[in-house]
Amino acid sequence: MSDTVLKVQDLSVWYAVQQGGLFHRRNVDLKAVDGVSFELARGETLGVVGESGCGKSSLARALLGLVPARRGRVLWLGEDLLKLDDKTMRRKRKELQIIFQDPLASLNPRMTVGDIIAEPLWTFYPEIARVQVMERVRGMMKLVGLLPNQVNRYPHEFSGGQCQRIGIARALVLNPKLIVCDEPVSALDVSIQAQIINLLRDLQRKLRLSLVFIAHDLSIVRHICDRVMVMYLGRAMEVAEAGALYRKPLHPYTSALIRSAPVPDPAVARSRPDTGLTDDMPSPLAPPKGCVFHTRCPYAVNRCHRDVPALRRMPHGDWVACHRAEELDLAIVKPAPVKL
Amino acid sequence: MSALLEVRDLQVRFDTPDGDVEAVRGIDFDLSPGESLAVVGESGSGKTQAFLAIMGLLAENGSANGQARFHGEDLMAMSSRDLNRHRGHDIAMIFQDPMSALNPYLSIEKQMIDGPMHHLGLGRAEARAHAVEMLRAVRIPDPDERIGHYPHQFSGGMRQRITIAMGLLCEPEILIADEPTTALDVTVQARIARLVGDVARRSHMATVLITHDLGAVAGVCDRILVMYAGQVVETGTVREIFDSPRHPYTRGLLDSIPRLDRIDDTLHAIPGNPPNLSDLPGGCVFRERCDRAFDACAEPPPLFDLGEGRASRCHLEDPS
Amino acid sequence: MAKAEHTADAFEAALTLGDVKGRSPWEDAWHRLLKNRAAVTAAIVMAVMIVAVVVGPWLSPWDMDYTDWDHTASPPSWANGHWFGTDAVGRDILVRTLQGGRISLLVGLVATLVSLVIGVTYGAVAGFYGGAADRLMMRAVDIIYALPFMFFVILLMVVFGRHIILIFVAVGAVNWLDMARIVRGQTLSLKRMEFVEAARACGVQGPDIIRRHIIPNLLGVVMVYVTLTIPQVILVESFLSFLGLGVQEPMSSWGGLVADGAQDMETAPWTLVFPAFFLVVTLYCFNFIGDGLRDALDPKDRL
Repeated sequence: MSDTVLKVQDLSVWYAVQQGGLFHRRNVDLKAVDGVSFELARGETLGVVGESGCGKSSLARALLGLVPARRGRVLWLGEDLLKLDDKTMRRKRKELQIIFQDPLASLNPRMTVGDIIAEPLWTFYPEIARVQVMERVRGMMKLVGLLPNQVNRYPHEFSGGQCQRIGIARALVLNPKLIVCDEPVSALDVSIQAQIINLLRDLQRKLRLSLVFIAHDLSIVRHICDRVMVMYLGRAMEVAEAGALYRKPLHPYTSALIRSAPVPDPAVARSRPDTGLTDDMPSPLAPPKGCVFHTRCPYAVNRCHRDVPALRRMPHGDWVACHRAEELDLAIVKPAPVKL
Repeated sequence: MSALLEVRDLQVRFDTPDGDVEAVRGIDFDLSPGESLAVVGESGSGKTQAFLAIMGLLAENGSANGQARFHGEDLMAMSSRDLNRHRGHDIAMIFQDPMSALNPYLSIEKQMIDGPMHHLGLGRAEARAHAVEMLRAVRIPDPDERIGHYPHQFSGGMRQRITIAMGLLCEPEILIADEPTTALDVTVQARIARLVGDVARRSHMATVLITHDLGAVAGVCDRILVMYAGQVVETGTVREIFDSPRHPYTRGLLDSIPRLDRIDDTLHAIPGNPPNLSDLPGGCVFRERCDRAFDACAEPPPLFDLGEGRASRCHLEDPS
Repeated sequence: MAKAEHTADAFEAALTLGDVKGRSPWEDAWHRLLKNRAAVTAAIVMAVMIVAVVVGPWLSPWDMDYTDWDHTASPPSWANGHWFGTDAVGRDILVRTLQGGRISLLVGLVATLVSLVIGVTYGAVAGFYGGAADRLMMRAVDIIYALPFMFFVILLMVVFGRHIILIFVAVGAVNWLDMARIVRGQTLSLKRMEFVEAARACGVQGPDIIRRHIIPNLLGVVMVYVTLTIPQVILVESFLSFLGLGVQEPMSSWGGLVADGAQDMETAPWTLVFPAFFLVVTLYCFNFIGDGLRDALDPKDRL
């Protein structure tokens, strides 16, 4: 796509972990993210989905240089962010922002809401007068659905959903071009999740933002993403256009994730067979050889134990990392007719 | 069938810097043996505090009124010593964060054999065998060996399964689970919910599932109690609640569940935020967020009995 | 859609309202502290005590080193004006106790202040920057920590002679180590909080993060530790004075007075009882205030 703003190539984030007892200490590499590549266009939303421990949060932080990357490139408008020195990277932060999972923890409890939203402005535009800064802060609060007269309140005086709106206002105040959303609704009540999702989607359309939207739940992602990347143990399993992914997943893991999403319908939920994902995810410290998913995959054959499947392009343009993608038919059968 | 637990006019209030906060404002419900009840509401609806009060586990600044009769004995009037006899034995509670329920410095075995030795009068070896059996029931692989491990050696999902096994150890008559799967991955959630259901059916145990996610209870519970701002706003069987919700709040909760099984581009949200419990609005507390509010809503609605265990706290049900 | 309009109207209406005042965590803590009777009582007693030791010696008809030859070793008496009695050489115990209180409290406050400034800066910097700087800085702390304190004090006394400044230096030099360790530990955990990460993602620089995000969130712990350090320092000074390493005669501190009084305990118990009483009350008060602060700043039973 010509309008690509972000291009990630072979990105890896490894952490050195000490293992063993007092005497047999050794350093092991925890491959949180292992060779992930994707592209993101202007105004597009890419969902990143996977179970906890799949490396999606590390990926989010590596994109913004908050954790060091071991390898790879993060090309932002053609410029490799990983190669920038601290000072240049700091300037780039105006364009790249992040929204965190825990709305209350991401706000300094000792600062007023106004100061929290204004902080990025102070940092980048120290010359702007306080009155103007506060004017802008009030504007942002209104934009995200907060009452501007609450500007002098403290985070603990707000509910979880409102705190997340404050976090969104802080991320938007510098007019960024890309926002990385790290599970922005996982900590919220279901009734409030919908508010925040709708807000993010409206803002994205209005401001033509590019979003990387991280979640552990496919059903949330569906309502906001154009494309979805499914991650497992640090690797991309499938990158596909959202509609196609839900209709006919290419990877057995995607299909298992879709089938394990709770169905809010008593009749269907009770008659549904088990998901097939029986065991827990293997430790990322000792990922399985071959395809990392083979230990939980109902379709695994000998080859999957041996060879690592590459992320390859399928004829219709989506990407998948599975040896058997062509032969498997994982189409999701809709359980009930659509009732609206 | 007589009820196992009868709760009448339960009230919980907290003394806070903002003044008195009424977290629970008079709830009534019955729990029958073997029944599975879901208590659904947003944070601040009082769903957790109500059950902490029944268990005598309220924070220091909280106080509770009302009755909670367990086999006819009022738990609220009991001394903490008598209550301790029931806690963990007849009534067990498991919490959202498994790490807070597990002592990181003790092996699983040490934490699991105390209860059965104390409450069931088993010897050490018997208690251990019993604990291993429970771990096997919650599908911990190699329970005989892993029982000697410490909490940090398990994954999050396994830890939660261990706390469930601990909750089940003394074969309680009631198991109260407070958001047991919210912190877990979707792939694990369904399995744990199923597991609790299986154990409950086998031992004819009553379960209470406290959650904010109506979608998560569809497959596992019999009856639903929807709470809002410290009150019950609707009750009914799972089928009734999902197929024909009566209260606008329940309908809002259902509409806001993101679904994979429907092609529907807009996600409906309940507007606004849960009310501030220290400064509740007059009239119907849900009025400000309700799309069907009308003049009558200036008065607080009673809980209208709709027959056969159904009830809704909404003026739309007013027969007059 | 009716729902959306309904709330949009409410939202527009609310936009015209005036600014709402926020209630900071500090105000909350303050209100909780005011409800703690032990802490409030202790604070009032301490305030009275401080006024007394500051103003008292000026109002007294006697100087602390004035010898009243007519009433040596006099028991407390209303008639001769020595309300707390006198010591063996006829010095008024009341004025000496108040004067000694000045020294004791001054040592407590100044030495704590010294340890506070050094400890917080040192600990916050070590904790925030981490890595090699942290290792180097904390090893230095370990090394100083390992020096025997009494040996260190005696060495200072021998080299520089007995001087009140040296007591500040000696006590402060040891106490900031604990403060630095506590602050570093807190900083390490704060550093991993999401709001610090958020600030970094917004491009906020190190010194600003320490100033705006780390230190304000440390203050609670630091305040508690400070109120608990003051009595500890007073006690250390008393101990030094008791051993004869404290301030020089005729100046004295509570510790020195207790030491003097202990020698005449059998013949003139009042020379021991009054300074000891003041010392003990002060220690209790600071501990109550510290406990109150801790409960107020770190409420476990929040809804």
